[in-house]
Amino acid sequence: LNSYLTRRLWQFFPTLLGVVLLVFFLFNWVGGDPAYILAGKIASAEQVENIRRSLGVDQPYWVQLGIFLKQVATAEFGVSWSTNERVSQIFATRLGPSLTVLLPLLLISTVLALAAAMLVAYFRGSLTDRAIMVACTIGQSVSILVYILLLQYWLAYQLGWFPVQGWGGTLGENLLAYAALPILVGVIVSLAPDIRLYRSVFLEEINQDYVRTARAKGLGEGRVMWLHVLRNAAIPITTNVMTQVPGLLAGAFLIERFFSIPGIGREVILAVERSDFPVIKAVTIYVAIATMIVNLLADLTYRALDPRVQLK
Amino acid sequence: MSLWHLAWRRFLRDPVGVASAVVVVAFVVLAAASAAGWVARDWSDEVGVSYAPPGFLQTELLQEHTREATKALPQEDYGIKDPIGAELAAIRKSLTETSQAEAKHGSLVFGADKWGRDVVKKAIKGTETSLVVGFAAAGLATLLGTLFGALAGYYGRWADDFFNWLYSVFTSIPYLLLVLAVAAVLGQKGILTVILILGLTGWTGIFRLVRAEYLKHRVREYVLAADAIGASDARRMFAHILPNVTHVVLVQLSLHVVLFVKSEVILSFLGFGVGVDTVSWGSMLAEAPSELILGMWWQITAATLAMALAVTAFSLFTDAVRDALDPRLQ
Repeated sequence: LNSYLTRRLWQFFPTLLGVVLLVFFLFNWVGGDPAYILAGKIASAEQVENIRRSLGVDQPYWVQLGIFLKQVATAEFGVSWSTNERVSQIFATRLGPSLTVLLPLLLISTVLALAAAMLVAYFRGSLTDRAIMVACTIGQSVSILVYILLLQYWLAYQLGWFPVQGWGGTLGENLLAYAALPILVGVIVSLAPDIRLYRSVFLEEINQDYVRTARAKGLGEGRVMWLHVLRNAAIPITTNVMTQVPGLLAGAFLIERFFSIPGIGREVILAVERSDFPVIKAVTIYVAIATMIVNLLADLTYRALDPRVQLK
Repeated sequence: MSLWHLAWRRFLRDPVGVASAVVVVAFVVLAAASAAGWVARDWSDEVGVSYAPPGFLQTELLQEHTREATKALPQEDYGIKDPIGAELAAIRKSLTETSQAEAKHGSLVFGADKWGRDVVKKAIKGTETSLVVGFAAAGLATLLGTLFGALAGYYGRWADDFFNWLYSVFTSIPYLLLVLAVAAVLGQKGILTVILILGLTGWTGIFRLVRAEYLKHRVREYVLAADAIGASDARRMFAHILPNVTHVVLVQLSLHVVLFVKSEVILSFLGFGVGVDTVSWGSMLAEAPSELILGMWWQITAATLAMALAVTAFSLFTDAVRDALDPRLQ
């Protein structure tokens, strides 16, 4: 296992270097001269020249790449172009709200999807199964935007059960008032794809020999499903849930935007709207690193849960 | 009987597949007609009044309007006669009359948007945008994914290492974040930009599957036989192996059309997608928040219905094609 870990950690560097090169290529080469974005509409040649010098974009590309590599290595991406806030500061303050929404969302949607998937997998081929699968297909074909718009309009604006948007000061207030509707929306949106995925996992397990053995020795259906099948199906499901986290961190931006949650996703959208390159660069690099770490952890968890798995 | 014959037969036996195929073909025809300018060419004409309600409930709403207009205003009697009271009443009356006349004149089945444009025509134009983006981006992604997968799987060694490295780089950045980053850099809007963004970032899933297929096929006997009679690498790759992995590629193409249609809607909604000179389901949805608060539900309904129908049909069609091409999965 040690040699496996070493090798995996060693593989980090080429991938990370690739991400850095990709981001550099996009923002320093394709993205054009940032001085014109920064200097505003009416800029003198001197101003543009000054900005170019202070950003280092008047240097040749390999020097710029060196600057960027240093930024990545020291985790110091400078200041936001639009608010002058330090990028590291932006991250430190935006991570909390994002996680406040994401962790309960992930937990609730996983539990609900597991229960529903087990139900439909158990009654596979029946009318219930087919009805739920058709509902999932239709549910998935409606844009996430529509769910957010309608639920926000109906539950918050018309019925007034939740605040329409906003964010409070304390964790309790956030969880109970402001994060509740975003979490509900997120759960509803992720149910359909999750049920489909977990159903196929359960179906695979139900056809295994050990299930027949368990039934043959006279175990009740409840025990077979909840103890034997769930435990075995939990292995791929755990790793699946784990690998979802980094993507959600940036991927929940629609929810964060609609409900004005000061999280990382909303920051990404704002940054894209304002051409705030340092923030987008930093988010991309950080999330990529997080993804790589989580993927490794997921592999290790898989191994811990299922000793048959050989990591090479 | 060839694989395609068998697959076609299996497909025809699946009623859901056939029904979804009919809907998909109908959407494609509609989009083609719109692209050719036969329908919805004048989608941007302001044919009705602003926020004209849907025609099918016109009569009810009109009656409501008239009732409200004729309802006696609360008497505000301060002992002074309103000097412009008579004129105001006349203006109010003429306003409601003309708006009724115009709304009737337009008689739009699904109402109008803020500028009085026909919502049905906008939805049709949006269908064209979505399908063009979906098919073109999926085509580009499939082309890249298949080419990279073929090179990596066939040549192995350093080619495999290189493309796997590229794959791990692209997949370590979450998909939507990557799309947004590219959108931020490209800056300019338009259908072509959206196609490039989605196509250039979306090839990874296809690459992995095609690579696995090529790894499997390159040591098969028919490929070794082709080698023995002196077929070149390119010929073995694309003339011999490719036809045998087409079924994988086709299913992926179809899956990615759905994925990219959905992504385009989100991009356009956020304002990073198509420009203002055209319309997409996403830009229709972008107008919905302010309309909903005013009680105008028709535009969001039209966009949602069109998209849900198209995407559901396409998803079911993809499932049917996959089942027909690969019966072992059932």
